[in-house]
Amino acid sequence: MNAVAVRDLDLDLDAFEGPFDLLLTLVLRDELELADVEVAGVVLAFVERLAERTSADLEACGEFLVLIAALLELKARGLFPEEELAFDDLDPEEAAGELAERLALYRRFKAAAGWLEQRLEGESDRYFRLGPAPLAPVPQRPLEPQDPSELAGALRALAAEPPEPSLRHLELHFPPVSLFLERFRAVLRRRRQFEFDSEVRSLSRVEQAVAFLALLELRKAEEIKLGQPAPFEPITVWSAA
Amino acid sequence: MSLRLVENPVDRLARAIEAMLVIAPAPLSIEELAAAAEDENERVETALGLLASRYREGRSGIVLEHVAGGYAFRASREAAEACARLVERPVQRGLSQPALETLAVVAYLGPVSRPEIARIRGVAADSAVAGLVERGLIAEAGREEGGAVRYRTTPIFERVFGLAGLSELPRLDDLAEGAEDLRERLEEVAGRRGA
Repeated sequence: MNAVAVRDLDLDLDAFEGPFDLLLTLVLRDELELADVEVAGVVLAFVERLAERTSADLEACGEFLVLIAALLELKARGLFPEEELAFDDLDPEEAAGELAERLALYRRFKAAAGWLEQRLEGESDRYFRLGPAPLAPVPQRPLEPQDPSELAGALRALAAEPPEPSLRHLELHFPPVSLFLERFRAVLRRRRQFEFDSEVRSLSRVEQAVAFLALLELRKAEEIKLGQPAPFEPITVWSAA
Repeated sequence: MSLRLVENPVDRLARAIEAMLVIAPAPLSIEELAAAAEDENERVETALGLLASRYREGRSGIVLEHVAGGYAFRASREAAEACARLVERPVQRGLSQPALETLAVVAYLGPVSRPEIARIRGVAADSAVAGLVERGLIAEAGREEGGAVRYRTTPIFERVFGLAGLSELPRLDDLAEGAEDLRERLEEVAGRRGA
């Protein structure tokens, strides 16, 4: 199968009829008004040519994209001659020159890549130690004969619905405030005073909060007096009686 | 009565160099060998010549080669098949076309940044650069003024491609035609068609 030759692509446009190669040259020489060229027609012709092939020719597609992009850029510049653009000072001749320069530079490096590839191929029988060389992989042994029912069993275990995860540990338990009201009253019946912090130290944070609410209730009912030397210092509780 | 052979002092140096090359993880330069052997560069060169005649293709399974700016041992080419069954070569295996092109740009223009590589190749070079860094064929070499990281090829690159140094790369101009040639050829083809 022949590769798709982009440059040989036959074009039949309103403004131009002939190979793509010639179109490019005429544009580069300023002998053809690019504004009259229908770029979509060029793309269609290429796509039609591609459709005739059974496999994609990436090389040709790449070359075509570069060329068509350059054409579009030149055309865009030609369509806005009055615009004050950043590339205003680049005339079409210079742009074409720059494009040829860039293509030539890229071609050189592409050729250099080809040289490297050939070199690598020529050196394929040159072996040397490069740091610790990983050993070649050990050939995989095929599986021993298996019992299908075992496989079915294993799959069945995987298909079973897993138990619903328990969220019990996330639930908050709020004890009633009255519980702590009774508890503090009982403590004050036994002792004249107590330290709030040491009384609630063993409780959970939620219980501590509820205990503090109970303390405020008792204070509001003027059953107790509270003392705290400074913020965050221990709170001392006395019976108001 | 045993016959005592008179030993050539260069032989002794050659044996020391031989030993160093066996344990070295990378090629050793004449200067490095001379410093380690506490000897002169010239005598090291003479000893290397002696070793080169001993370790060469067809005579030994081990071959002394001048590569990546130094000297190193490698396997003889006739043993390649056996070696291939023993070890993998992840560095050089499956280098793609974009990777080879990127490698060529770095080898010729390095230190060079990713934007510069992308400008020449016309496509982003990020993944090709990352792959080559991972293989150890290129490495970071400082930054541009704008902050972009620059890359250069490593001694592993020279070793893998069997180059004594980057100067062994062919001239770029010899590899492909320049811009003027390209343009002239285009116009020539067009002229022929137009006629």
